[in-house]
Amino acid sequence: MESLEQIRDRLLARFPGASVTLVINPGAAAEHSLLLGAAHAVEMARFLRDDPALQLDYCSNATGLDWPDKEIVETKKLSVADPAGGPAKIVEEKTKRFEPGYLEAVYHLYSMALRHGPVIIRLRTGNRTDQVTLPSFTPIWRSCDFQEREIFDLFGIVFAGHPDLRRILMWDEFKDHPMRKDYVDPDDYEWEPTPHDRVLERAKAHYPVPPPAPAAPVSPTPEAKP
Amino acid sequence: MSAADLSPFNSPFAAGTAGPSVRAVKDPFHGDLLEVSMGPQHPSTHGVFRMVVTLDGEIIVKLKPVFGYLHRNHEKIAENTSYLGSMPYTDRLDYLCSMTTNWAYALAVEKLAGQAVPDRAQYLRIIMAELTRLVNHSCLVGFLFNDLGTSFTPLLYAFREREKILDLFESLTGSRMMCNYQRFGGCRVDPTPEWLAAASRLVDNFPRFLDEYETMLTGNEIMLARTQGVGVLDAAKAVNAGITGPCLRASGYNYDVRKVDGYGFYPRFDFRVPLGAHGDTYDRYMMRVLEMRESVKILQQAFRDLPAGPIMDPKSKLRGFRPKAGEAYGRTESPKGELGFFLVSDGSPNPYRYRVRPPTLINLTLLEDMCLGHTIADSVVILGSIDIVLGEVDR
Amino acid sequence: MSTPATPSPASAPQPFPAAGNLSDAEREELRRHGILLTSLEELYNWGRSNSIWPLQFGLACCAIEMIAAATARFDIARFGAEIFRPSPRQADLMIVSGTVTKKMAPQVVRLWNQMPEPKYCIAMGACAISGGPFKQGYNVLKGIDRFIPVDIYIPGCPPRPEALLNGLIQLQAQIKGERLTGPGAARHVRSDVTSEFPVPEYGEHDLSPPKNPAVWQPAPSLVRPTKV
Repeated sequence: MESLEQIRDRLLARFPGASVTLVINPGAAAEHSLLLGAAHAVEMARFLRDDPALQLDYCSNATGLDWPDKEIVETKKLSVADPAGGPAKIVEEKTKRFEPGYLEAVYHLYSMALRHGPVIIRLRTGNRTDQVTLPSFTPIWRSCDFQEREIFDLFGIVFAGHPDLRRILMWDEFKDHPMRKDYVDPDDYEWEPTPHDRVLERAKAHYPVPPPAPAAPVSPTPEAKP
Repeated sequence: MSAADLSPFNSPFAAGTAGPSVRAVKDPFHGDLLEVSMGPQHPSTHGVFRMVVTLDGEIIVKLKPVFGYLHRNHEKIAENTSYLGSMPYTDRLDYLCSMTTNWAYALAVEKLAGQAVPDRAQYLRIIMAELTRLVNHSCLVGFLFNDLGTSFTPLLYAFREREKILDLFESLTGSRMMCNYQRFGGCRVDPTPEWLAAASRLVDNFPRFLDEYETMLTGNEIMLARTQGVGVLDAAKAVNAGITGPCLRASGYNYDVRKVDGYGFYPRFDFRVPLGAHGDTYDRYMMRVLEMRESVKILQQAFRDLPAGPIMDPKSKLRGFRPKAGEAYGRTESPKGELGFFLVSDGSPNPYRYRVRPPTLINLTLLEDMCLGHTIADSVVILGSIDIVLGEVDR
Repeated sequence: MSTPATPSPASAPQPFPAAGNLSDAEREELRRHGILLTSLEELYNWGRSNSIWPLQFGLACCAIEMIAAATARFDIARFGAEIFRPSPRQADLMIVSGTVTKKMAPQVVRLWNQMPEPKYCIAMGACAISGGPFKQGYNVLKGIDRFIPVDIYIPGCPPRPEALLNGLIQLQAQIKGERLTGPGAARHVRSDVTSEFPVPEYGEHDLSPPKNPAVWQPAPSLVRPTKV
């Protein structure tokens, strides 16, 4: 199979004006991916599927990723010359940089005919609130049908061109997108003998704290099961 | 609602899943139709699967699957747990074959962290995976015959064999169903020679059970009438819809991840990939039976060639496991199809994103296409032949 | 393991009212002479407890073990409970076998309401009891006893088929101890207690209501007093 750079160059030659970026995966798997611009994504996907050398006829996995807004604090060390003529001081200058978050859809493509793969393509939304529309790949690979509905349900990416975009796992009246990192789940841990501190802290909020037990005879605290 | 909305032919994806369980709908082409909600509590939907079927008499003109009744937030929970902490959850993903799900997850994590697996562990993994395949396929055939109307008897035979294999699993791992056996870089416990001898004996006797099973089932006249030509799946359509596993191979398309990716030590084994010719329910049934026979061959080779040695990679680290930032997609051939895990690490002890590529959810994409034009009784058989397990469909 | 939903003082072992003040030993002595003394209540409960028809209702992993309990090795038919009915109208026992999600909870409650009295509920497995390993899921109900009364809790993940059989035997013992008259009478012979429970609705973030306070109340306190 061609390398990802070759595929990128062929895509750029075929679709002038489209944006295709190579995303490097620093991990041990080294499965790099191509970031496609949303504007030409559907044509490029169709090209990947129909190109005789690639024939990526099988979209194995489609999934979402949530990258929330980040505030990155960068620390720079500057040496400032002392006006009094002493040794130069080292001053730390902190700059805050706001990195806007986005949602991402990742597709793992294989070729069943030529038995190669995976080629990983990604699409990114503008932000996490109002520009969350991406083109749907369901008309190209029908295996994306349920998976894109799932991404819509759990992450809130709206797939334009999907023939039946409804919630798939949660009920229709549900309002949230639970797989987002900032989702707060309903607080219903009322009774919870659990080793998980986070859950225990939330459960404690439902109960008044009893007065401290008398010191001398240790009385067993009532811990009744309902 | 316009007339176009009601037509079952405007799109294979038409909406409409809410409402009462049975209601009359009007259709400009068919006249009066009946919309029936099958499930989530239904004896033949293999759990809490639900489908909304529109019927013209007894003939299906539209079928919409509804998911989510067993959505237990596996992926979200895994994001808040360590890598190893998710291993028991993978048991409960596909609760008929925990060993292969364990392996798929271990494979993805090993790919993410770049870990090696010792030879003996690779062989043990194959032994466990193929034993699981025997459990899954024999149970599936039992359930399929339940759906065909032979109330319970084939299932009793299947569960008799399943109990024998589960006894092996229990004596090895401590649990019948939820084995939690694989680790990143190896396996958890080393089987004793007695265990291996018992397992080998069981595998040698398994073809006799298959012969017995097939004598009763394969040539059965009612079975042939109910399954041949029912729910035909076209191979090109199946590839486009991502159908994998025995369902795809029943349509005659040769794609088995064990052969294509050659993960584990599968390239060292001599086995064949059975292929169907018609893609109907009968071929899907035969795929399972033939795959069990191939699994027996793999198991016999594995017992013969099992090397001595460690079962855990000495460099692997279970506590304080933090893979480098990056992502990996590991896929295996589970008994139901291609089971993949997509993991994204940000360098912390918990995965940043943990995604299961469920074979059974995606195999259901073409359920409607397979059922259109058949009777409602056939839809139950077609669904049974796809082999779904709801823990994996909804996760 | 077993927690009766409405513990009644009358269910304690007592001499048999209809048979006078005969003890069990005296009745056994009479029986050996060919005289069988019993009461309608005892006969009725004996018959009921030995032909419990469960609802064929599998939710998740535990359902496989429930099927295994019905197969040849464990053979639930020895206890008269092998007739799994697909329709709630014909069932006496609901085995909640597996994780109840919030999307499934209204259907479970509706099935319970559709079952005729006398009816019993077994919560099989950690998920049905409390949410189990999936308790921290946003879509997982933290125990089916938040909506319907549960008679027997069977721990395990999943419980072995033997554990299900043990739960069934405990349920039989509970049925045999039920009274038909008096203040501690069983639910199905009383007109003042309801056997139907409100079905929760799908809300925007959670079920509404998230629990039925008439059935389930949280423990009085969970927080340990601070150590001095």
